[in-house]
Amino acid sequence: MIQEFKKIWKQYAIAMLWLLGLLWPLLGIHPDGTLSFKQTITVWLYILSGTFICFIIYIINSSGNFKFFTKPIVNTSQKLSEMVQNMPSWIWKSALLIGAVIYPILTGRYPTDVAINVLLYICLGLGLYVVAGLAGMLDLGHIAFYGVGAYTYAILNVKYGVGFWVCFPLAGLSACIAGCIVGYPTLRMRGDYLAIVTLGFGEIVRIILNNWMSLTNGPNGILGVKTIGILRPVMENGLTFEIFWVKKLEIFYYFALVLAILTIIAVTRINFSRIGRALEAIREDETAAELMGVNTFYYKLLAYAMGAVFAGFAGALFAARMKFVSPESFTFLESVMVLSMVVLGGMSSIPGIILGVIALIVLPEVFRELESYRMLVFGLTMIIMMLFRPSGLIAAKRKKMMENKS
Amino acid sequence: MSAQPILELKNVHSGYGSIKALRDVSLKIYPGEVVAIIGANGAGKSTTLMTICGIVPLEKGDVFYNGVSVKNIAPEKLPPLGLCQVPEGRRIFPRLTVEENLILGAFYRNDKPEIQRDIEHVYSLFPVLGERNRQKGGTLSGGEQQMLAIGRALMTKPKVLLLDEPSLGLAPIIIHQIFDIIADINKNQGTTILLVEQNANLALQAATRGYVLETGQITLEDKASSLLHNPEIRKAYLGE
Repeated sequence: MIQEFKKIWKQYAIAMLWLLGLLWPLLGIHPDGTLSFKQTITVWLYILSGTFICFIIYIINSSGNFKFFTKPIVNTSQKLSEMVQNMPSWIWKSALLIGAVIYPILTGRYPTDVAINVLLYICLGLGLYVVAGLAGMLDLGHIAFYGVGAYTYAILNVKYGVGFWVCFPLAGLSACIAGCIVGYPTLRMRGDYLAIVTLGFGEIVRIILNNWMSLTNGPNGILGVKTIGILRPVMENGLTFEIFWVKKLEIFYYFALVLAILTIIAVTRINFSRIGRALEAIREDETAAELMGVNTFYYKLLAYAMGAVFAGFAGALFAARMKFVSPESFTFLESVMVLSMVVLGGMSSIPGIILGVIALIVLPEVFRELESYRMLVFGLTMIIMMLFRPSGLIAAKRKKMMENKS
Repeated sequence: MSAQPILELKNVHSGYGSIKALRDVSLKIYPGEVVAIIGANGAGKSTTLMTICGIVPLEKGDVFYNGVSVKNIAPEKLPPLGLCQVPEGRRIFPRLTVEENLILGAFYRNDKPEIQRDIEHVYSLFPVLGERNRQKGGTLSGGEQQMLAIGRALMTKPKVLLLDEPSLGLAPIIIHQIFDIIADINKNQGTTILLVEQNANLALQAATRGYVLETGQITLEDKASSLLHNPEIRKAYLGE
């Protein structure tokens, strides 16, 4: 135990002093120019005593004195995970689906709203997964395609009165075209250069949306976007149809759910297909992939376009839900958020990304009570996450495809 | 030896921007041969192979494969034609499994049962790959990675196999193992092999003919056995 203590007490002491040094300018320097020390010292002492307890626990644990206590826990958790792995996948899949379906009934308006957000970001995240996770292209402007999809629906709807169901595929298509336009000249670049170019593209889209007054109404945004309409049969004068506007958030939730599920299925299929394998080869070694007969440029463009399509679909749904679009929603920060979700969840596993999306959207909502410390806690959680699980919440597993074969 | 070369380089110039790596290189490789290109560091050996595959752009001259110019054919169109390279430093896909690496070699092919058979064939050539078929490529040892790289190239069913420094960074016993297999591929499958090596002794023992490349130019061309006994070569490349 003393040995363990000797190993880390120095680091601990330095860290605490460092914290004191950081804390004082934040708490001790006041706007009117006066300096104080008392508050800093009290806060620091609180933190010191808190971390000291953690420190002692850590030392006892690492010298093995807690084994009698931790061993059974580790054992049972291992058994549990084995049990889960042995369970056929349809059981937990259908359980999840049922849970997702009854979710809005069980909860209120606000949680449903958050859930819709989660579902839309799942589409975005999985689209980015195809680009960044599979093909290994760092895309910092992914939100631009979300914006293109959203504005396609908003403009067509408000200016030309086109309905949602016509615009929905068009939103995907225009995002796809935008993806090809950007991808064609830029995808010859690799790595960092590509990241910068996509970053630039994301900003260009936002700035265009912001300045093209006649088309996008600039920073004021487009108001009065119609929500989704469905034809519903009415039995009054014989059989006629009437348009039913989806106004209730709960019903909207189901649309988002369907889109998210379709996206998950599509991306899973891509993942295990020939295309997925080609993209992974490109990620691993582009020249080697080329030498093995993979048309790297074509597949990179395909990945980019596919990622854009999913984002475009999500964008159309986003516009329909908000009934309002403005360039504010498609800033660089949003791109970074989506990328963080993908990285946090585990660059190359679909369940991981879904979990990452849930974490990054739900956590800020949960921490809302902490008010101004919200982002601080959020950042801290991310740092801790990356320290302890650098390969993401759920690390990628190699494919099952092989087991079926042999 | 048949009259028409399967692979021919005619007065090839290439390089990287202002750096001229190859100057007026002409090679002829006939079907069924093992040809070695030997030379020092920076002589342009790897560039030769990369130019054949179109990764490094050709500046002047022409490359003929089976009598047809492949100058304007994209690199990824070459494996279907039967021309495949094992690049220098192996360059396997590290985060994919051994089996996935092999499947990627057969990327342009659609005949599934045939692919499965070829995978088994590669496993019979390199039993260690069969044992580790679910292991990630990056976790293999250097020798195993080289075997995987050769196996992956074999999956394209090459008529001409370009091998870039297969002995790089490997223990002598592994090198011998790999060269045995290269000879086996040449003999039993009739694959023509163009071998680029720094280890001149080894390469010339395995080859039927050899070229010596010096600062981007071919300085000597002869039967491998005569090169092996050429006093100048022995002095320059075999350390005598």
